[in-house]
Amino acid sequence: MKKDRKHLSVSAIKDGTVIDHIPAEKLFNVISILGLDSIPNQITFGTNLESKKLGRKAIIKIADKFFKETEINKIALIAPTAKLNIIRDYEVVDKRQVEVPDEIIGIARCMNPKCITNNDSVITRFRVISKPRISLRCHYCEKITDQEHLEIL
Amino acid sequence: MIRNKSLVSINDYNKEDYLAILDLAEQCEARPVSNIMQGKVVATLFFEPSTRTRLSFESAVNRLGGRIIGFSEAGTSSVTKGESLKDTIKTVSNYCDLIVMRHPIEGSARYASEVSGVPVINAGDGANQHPTQTLLDLYSIRKTQKTLDNLVVIMVGDLKYGRTVHSLLQAMSEFNTTFHFVSPDELKMPGEYKMHLENLGLKYYEHKDFTNILPEADIVYMTRVQKERFSDPMDYEKVKNVYVLRSNMLEQTKPNMKILHPLPRVNEITEDVDDNMKAYYFTQALNGVFTRQAIICSILGLDQK
Ligand SMILES: [Zn+2]
Repeated sequence: MKKDRKHLSVSAIKDGTVIDHIPAEKLFNVISILGLDSIPNQITFGTNLESKKLGRKAIIKIADKFFKETEINKIALIAPTAKLNIIRDYEVVDKRQVEVPDEIIGIARCMNPKCITNNDSVITRFRVISKPRISLRCHYCEKITDQEHLEIL
Repeated sequence: MIRNKSLVSINDYNKEDYLAILDLAEQCEARPVSNIMQGKVVATLFFEPSTRTRLSFESAVNRLGGRIIGFSEAGTSSVTKGESLKDTIKTVSNYCDLIVMRHPIEGSARYASEVSGVPVINAGDGANQHPTQTLLDLYSIRKTQKTLDNLVVIMVGDLKYGRTVHSLLQAMSEFNTTFHFVSPDELKMPGEYKMHLENLGLKYYEHKDFTNILPEADIVYMTRVQKERFSDPMDYEKVKNVYVLRSNMLEQTKPNMKILHPLPRVNEITEDVDDNMKAYYFTQALNGVFTRQAIICSILGLDQK
């Protein structure tokens, strides 16, 4: 009985992707980063759900959508705890732990206003020097952009 | 391997590379004039003026028998006509074997090295890197101390924004150095560099003035405390005389101790220090020519012998 109720809170999808374990306060960031507000797919989401790990988590279910790796990288930067479930015919066929890659290309902005990437049409590139609290070292100006100043392009 | 590789950041080289450059710089000092760069062209692209650095590079090239093209400020070049850095570098790299560039934008040299057909030496990209300065500092330290290992280095002044002290710290951290940082609160050594030392298990100490620690030093590395760095001018007035080195402060110092400064100096070393045997900053500038000769030869794969 209890299990059924939990199912009701976010309805199941036939094919698509479930993004689970999003920190609740990052839900709308994730939606905007993935551009979910402008795709025609059916989307359901729940937020402020109980989570032992996160306190309050959010979950997004996107029908008929399968993400490319670069898109997943974008989620990893803002919600490194997120987990992806790939659904085919109501079954979970693949689980993917969203992981912050060691190198980030073209996703984040360098927080140094004097950096070439903020002054010329140069694609940003970073080495990830700490996770899960993200800290990025710019490949160009060598300055560090920390979680607090992280801005997604 | 240094050959054919750009030198953008001191992090592009490892300990073995530093030592290889220093050994070659010694050979250049022993034989400063040669013709091994005959037929080679170096472009010095100074998007912002830095007469001292440019002349040092040009002297190095001239003493090796190479030729120089370039500009000394962006105002006289196609850059003012709105040409992008990429286009300037791509074009110029057709005309030369090596580019030496200085640019106010941080990361510009790394970007240039990625679009250039020839190696790039960074002669300063804003507040970021100036690796040839670091290598000439290392050369000066080894030359005066006969070693780079186990030295006590005191860094004085603007340790927050001073790129020379940051790069020197990174390089010297390979040699079991003990560091003393002397600076006002506003200009302390940033946490990431202190963490770097902690990770390596190296000792460092922070001080607000240097009265008691000078006798411990093998190297005193002076930098300028600039008024513009203080949000409150009163704070500057309070500290401006604290970070000045005077001749009478050198009495208790070690006989091997040497004073370095990246120059230009303003008033942080009084002129009465200049005549002291421990003042080394003008020779340090001369060492810059030998070190740059060594770097150029290494990158171009020219044999000094
Ligand atoms: Zn940057």
